[in-house]
Formats: sequence, C-alpha cells, structure tokens
Amino acid sequence: MSDIIAKIAPIIERIASSAAAKTPLQIQGGGSKTFYGNPAVGELLDLSSLDGILAYEPSELYITAAAATPLSKIESLLAENGQMFAFEPPHFASKATIGGITACGLSGPRRTSAGALRDHILGVALIDGSGQQLRFGGTVLKNVAGFDVSRLMAGALGTLGALTEITFRTAPKPEQDITSVVECAAEEAIDADNEMLGAGLPLSGSVWHGGMAWRRFSGGEESVRRAVQEIGGDVLTEEEQRDFWHSVLEQTHEFFGGDDDLWRLTAPATAPLSFGDNFIEWQGAVRWRRGTNKHAQASALAAGGAATLFRSADAGVGDRFPPLAEPVAKIHQKLKSAFDPSNILNRGRLYEFSDG
Amino acid sequence: MPLPTGFAAQLQKQLPAGRVLLQDEDCAPFETDGLTMFRRRPPAVVFPDSEADIINIVNCCRQAGVPLVTRGAGTGLSGGALPHQDGVLLVMTRMNKILNVNPLTRTAVVQPGTRNLAISEAVRSHKLFYAPDPSSQLACSIGGNVGENSGGVRCLKYGLTVHCVSALRIITADGDVAELVLDRPGFDLLALLHGSEGLLAVVSEVTVRLSPLPEKTCTVLAGFASVVDAGDAVAAIIAAGIIPAGLEMMDNLAIIAAEKFVNVGYPTDCAALLIAETDGRNEDAERDMQRLREVLQTAGATSLRQAKDSEERDLLWKGRKSAFPAMGSIRPDYYCMDGTIPRKHLGNVLAEISALSKKYDLPCANVFHAGDGNLHPLILFDGAEGETDKARQFGSDIMQLCLQVGGTITGEHGVGVEKIDEMCSQFAAPELQKFHDIKHAFDHESFLNPGKAVPTLNRCAEFGMMHVHHGEEKFADLPRF
Repeated sequence: MSDIIAKIAPIIERIASSAAAKTPLQIQGGGSKTFYGNPAVGELLDLSSLDGILAYEPSELYITAAAATPLSKIESLLAENGQMFAFEPPHFASKATIGGITACGLSGPRRTSAGALRDHILGVALIDGSGQQLRFGGTVLKNVAGFDVSRLMAGALGTLGALTEITFRTAPKPEQDITSVVECAAEEAIDADNEMLGAGLPLSGSVWHGGMAWRRFSGGEESVRRAVQEIGGDVLTEEEQRDFWHSVLEQTHEFFGGDDDLWRLTAPATAPLSFGDNFIEWQGAVRWRRGTNKHAQASALAAGGAATLFRSADAGVGDRFPPLAEPVAKIHQKLKSAFDPSNILNRGRLYEFSDG
Repeated sequence: MPLPTGFAAQLQKQLPAGRVLLQDEDCAPFETDGLTMFRRRPPAVVFPDSEADIINIVNCCRQAGVPLVTRGAGTGLSGGALPHQDGVLLVMTRMNKILNVNPLTRTAVVQPGTRNLAISEAVRSHKLFYAPDPSSQLACSIGGNVGENSGGVRCLKYGLTVHCVSALRIITADGDVAELVLDRPGFDLLALLHGSEGLLAVVSEVTVRLSPLPEKTCTVLAGFASVVDAGDAVAAIIAAGIIPAGLEMMDNLAIIAAEKFVNVGYPTDCAALLIAETDGRNEDAERDMQRLREVLQTAGATSLRQAKDSEERDLLWKGRKSAFPAMGSIRPDYYCMDGTIPRKHLGNVLAEISALSKKYDLPCANVFHAGDGNLHPLILFDGAEGETDKARQFGSDIMQLCLQVGGTITGEHGVGVEKIDEMCSQFAAPELQKFHDIKHAFDHESFLNPGKAVPTLNRCAEFGMMHVHHGEEKFADLPRF
C-alpha cells in the first residue's frame, strides 16, 4: 500500500508541471477503452503502476482499489467471497481497470435491476488538473457530508481529474441465474419487460434482437424458477446462458461485429422505436444501431433520448457525444475550469472546453 | 439588515397578494426548520405556484444581491432551510402536484413540494411505491429529499434518494431551466444535485423511480443481552449475504420509553432490540427470513418474535416509529445526531457514546438504521434548564467519534448550519476549497442558501484552534486569528 503512495508522487508532479506548461495529458490505465469518446490529445499519462487492492471487507460490503487495478483481479476476489459488482461492468479487453470503468461510467445488463455504476460508488481519490490530491466520499453507503464529487467522476472520462483510488459497494451474488428466450416483436418485448419489473419479477437482464427476447432472472432458486414458469419460453443451458450474456456485455455478439459505426441510444424505456431498434437492452432504455447516420442525434432527441457514437473506425468522425443544452453546457465548462483550470486532462475526450 | 430599497415591491410584482409575506409576524412561523435550536426570522417569505414564479424570484434575488433560501416542508434536521436574516425564503408547499404517473415505466413526475408519502399513496393502486422513507415521510417534501439526499429505513436494499430519482428540472442561479436526466453523456449533475442542500440550484420538478410492492414482508424482533451482541449480529447478517429491507436497532433507554409511550409488548428487560425485515417474492422473503433467524440465534439473541400478520407487523414498527416523540417523557428536548460508521464498529462506538453520556450527565437513547451503520443518538436535555450548549458539545464529540472509526458526520440529515464546524474535521482545506469552487460554478454570486453546508477556510482555522485537544492541528498553513 505504501508503495502505491510512493507511485502517486511522480504522477502529482507530472500533472503539476504539465499544468504550469499547459501541456495536455491523455490519462491511461489499461488502455482497453481508448475507442470510447472523442480522441484526446497530448502526452500519455500512464497510471498502470497504480495496481493493488487497498481494502476489502466482505461484511462491510465495500472494496477499495488503486485506479489501475485490473477489473478481472477484483472480480475474482469478489467471486471467491460470494460477491460481485451489481452493475456488471463491461471489460472490453482483459486489461480493463477499475479506474477506466469508473471514468467511462458504463454498466452491463444487470443495470436493469441493480442500478448503474454511479449508484455503487462510495468514494474516490483523485489528482485534479492543478496537481492537487483530493479525497471524497468514504466507505459507507449513507454519507451526505459535502457535495457528491465521487459520483461526478463516473462518466467524466478523466476530464475532471486523474482517479487514483476508488471505493465501490459490493453485493452478494444471487443464488441462481436462469435465462429464457421467446419469439416476439420489439414493442411487445419492451412492454412485457417493464410489466415484469413492475410486478416484482427478479429480471436481471433483458435483450431483444432479431425477433427474439432473452430474459435473465436472478435471486433465490425457487423464486427464479417460478418466474421462468410464469413467463414461459425456452430455458438456456448454464453454458448457453453464460456465453450469451458475456456476448452482450463484452459486445462479442455478432451484432457488434465489423467496422460499421455503432450508435448507443439512451431513452425513456417506452419511447417510440423510431431509431435504434436493432438491439435493445435494459427493457428499452438502451438501444443500439449500426451504420453511418448523420441524423442520429437529431432523431434520438426527437424520441426524447440521446445518441452517442459508441464506436467508429473513422477517427475524424466529429463529436461522438450529443450536444448539451446551453445552461447545462455552461455549468460543464465552469466545473471543468474548477477542476482543471489549464484544460490539460483528457482534452477533447468528452467535450471541447476552453482554458480557465 | 432590511431588504434593499424597492426590493419588496419587486417581489410583490412577481406574485399575487397573499403569496408574499413581508410582515414580521407573518414571517415568524418560518424562522426555523426541524432543527429548532437555530432560529432566524426572514424579512420575506414567498410561495411560488409554478416554474415561472421560481424563475422570477431567482432573477429578482440575483439581480438585487439578496440571499435566497429554498424550503420544502421544513422538516430538515440540520438547519438546511434555516432562513437568511437578510434574504428571501422560497417555500415550495403550494407546488405539490403529482403531474404524471406512468405505471409501465414505474415513474412519477412530481412538483418539488409533493410530500414523500403522498407519492406512495398515489401509486398504490398500481401496486407500486416510492422506496426512500425518511421518518418524516408523512410531512417532508420530495424537493427537500433531493436537497438532503434523504434515506430512511429501507436504504440498504432500495437505495437513497439519489438512487430513486431519474430526472430533475432545475432553475439555475442564472434563471435558466435545465433538465438533468439519468444515463446521459456528460457530467453527472443529477447525482451532484442530490444532497447539495439548495446551494447549487432550485429544483422545480422531480421524476422518481417507483418500486413494486413486495409480495411478502417478514418482520422479526430480536432481543439481545448487550448492545455489542446486537451490533455483532448486524455484521453477521450482512456477512451471511442477506440484504434486509430494514434492520433497525434500539437500545434499552429507547425500548423502555417507546414501550411506555405506545405499549406494543417490547421486551423491556433486554439491552438492545433489532427489528429486521425481509421482503420481495414470497419464496425470497421467507427464505431470507429463515436464514436471518438462524443468524440471529447464532449471534445470541435472547428472544425472537416474528410478526404473524400485517397487524402485528405494524405493531412491531409502531414502537420504533414512536421512539422520537416518546423521548418527551424523559426530557423536554432531544437533539438527534446522524453519523454513519462501518458496521463492525457499532458495539464499541455505542459503548463510547454511553461513556460520553455519563461525562456530560445527559441521557442518550439510540434508535437507528443499524444495517447501514447510520447512528441516530438522541441526546436528551432541557433547554429551559440551560442544557443546550452541553447537548451540542456532546453531539460534536459523537461526530468526532464517528470520524475516528472511518465514518462520516452525517448519513442522511445533511450539514446545514448544524455540522458546519465538523466539516472542518472531515475534510482538509483542498477538498473544502473544491466544494466552494463547485458552488461558484453553479452560483457565481453565492446567493443560493449562502453560508450553509460548506465552511469557509477561515472558520475552520478558528474551529481548528478550538479542537487542538483532539491531537492533529488542522490547517497549520492558514493564518490564525
């Protein structure tokens, strides 16, 4: 642990001197999600030395790890203790780190019932754009002292600070997961998924694709078996189940293959299917679409949602995130200046910000 | 200090007569919130009826440099809605409409003055409810819940307010409307607004996430011979992989007072009681309760009483829910603290609080959310007998105790004016400065609820001098005066 503190000192120094020289820095942990977001500019700031689990107490339901600790290492330890991250973070490569998933703020299929990554953050340590080391939150769930800076880091793509340490809530692993698949139309699937959640069925993942609806139920064995009986459909084998949800989480499913642009739409679950109706998750709240689409953001907005260009082979494709409404953009700029007045951290990765 | 010349007339131009109070005697009822030991009479109280009203008031105050404090039902326990002596108090009670309920997406869009419990009542016919249940839920407003990120009994399983709100409409300090929605790219301003105590913006609309009413709820009451045993039982339940829907603890003083007050059959001879609840699908609720009972027995429970039906369940909870008013039979005033600690320290922290109770010669009852490690020591005192300062000092010592074991000074009540000095103990100067920077990013003129939640560094320097006996010197780099 003390050697991690020693490893942070040169990072602080590097950020402080870069701030003074206004040299932009690209923050990198494992480098598994460089495809996500707009291309950043600047020198590489490699945090991969920040590797280590700093505290884990299963009965306190939290784990604290240095930012570049591999996610796989953490998840193995949690599994050994019958626990997991309930938000089921995607890896996208074996080298994914806990800091990287936090900065990207992405959650997997279990988001449906368990909440998003940001819902499970308890505390962070970070170095801001001036080279100041800061610590927010803690290890307990109920904590309202000071503004919630920890959750603010989720999805900020490292533009507000270089994360050095993160504390997440852990959850008991469910006793049983069962997946069933039925044939149905997309609208039907979305309505049925939402009705199931409203009726308290233990739905922990839902996908609609190509006229088929996959549903995973998790919880106590008897209650999960009853749920599957109630809704019917073909039950997947253990192996089929594991492979299917892995292909959704890690985007190895054939839908995600190839080099075409991949769009991610977030919208109210029951928004009309005018856009992104090819691969549907989270009972309609997330929809994926392939191919070039100049009107993607406009049509997403019309559906009451927002579209992100999630992957593109074209580096010069332009803004991958939807534009912010003016009052929100103004607050974004001021927050960026408050955390990174020289605009050196992951410049351009999320939005274009001006200096101080 | 009076309001700027012509400002009162400005306010009266924005709202119809009767919705702007300017007379001293009319404003008097608003001089305090749920933390009655602090009182300030506001020179103006206004009641908006619409988002447009809020925008007009915000613009008026910003342009005139007049502080603006937003208040919901005024049930907050940290003085977050304590008025500013030179400012406007914006009271949301008229904006209490449920605008839309969507049973399919399990969401409700409500105005900020809507009462917490009114939401659950309005959606019960759809077999849904709004989960966060602060003890004031009968009266407290959803806007206030957002401002404080309120919790309650069910948080361990169902989450806090921040976990159950999917969108906010806010009026920024500049008077603009902004929509903050969950799962959208950009900074998570939606999360940041929760627990921001009215310092960043005014909330004008809240979209809440609703949960299905459970098929079954099982409730058990377990007696213990010592608070340490009960504390250890709490840790053992979580370690067994059970997430109860409620896990509350009461100590002997609280048990006796509650039993005397409502007569529900609590065992008054035990040192501590746990009320544990499991809910969900029939099989899950029953199975979890079976396992929970086994853990309680192994942990040395001296008695177990499981509710046979919903009447008995209500009875078991009645004692817990009446615990606060029941304290009136012991002393006329109580001061409710709100630290959170890691569960494993429950036993020793309760023992320390008991020692402090002897030191200050003030009784202290403990009734709290044990599953979350969220303590609510109730310091009992008599303000008329001049015990208020002593009670506050006792409370401050409890907060320091929570920090010493790696906890926090406030779990769900907020900092407000009450814990502002203790913020200097929980955070170092750079973090506090960052909080001020965030405040300025939203509110450059600092007119939204100024002086609350985040102490100035100068104030901490003074406080640090008061607290050198705790060992480390705070803010050694700052000038002292």
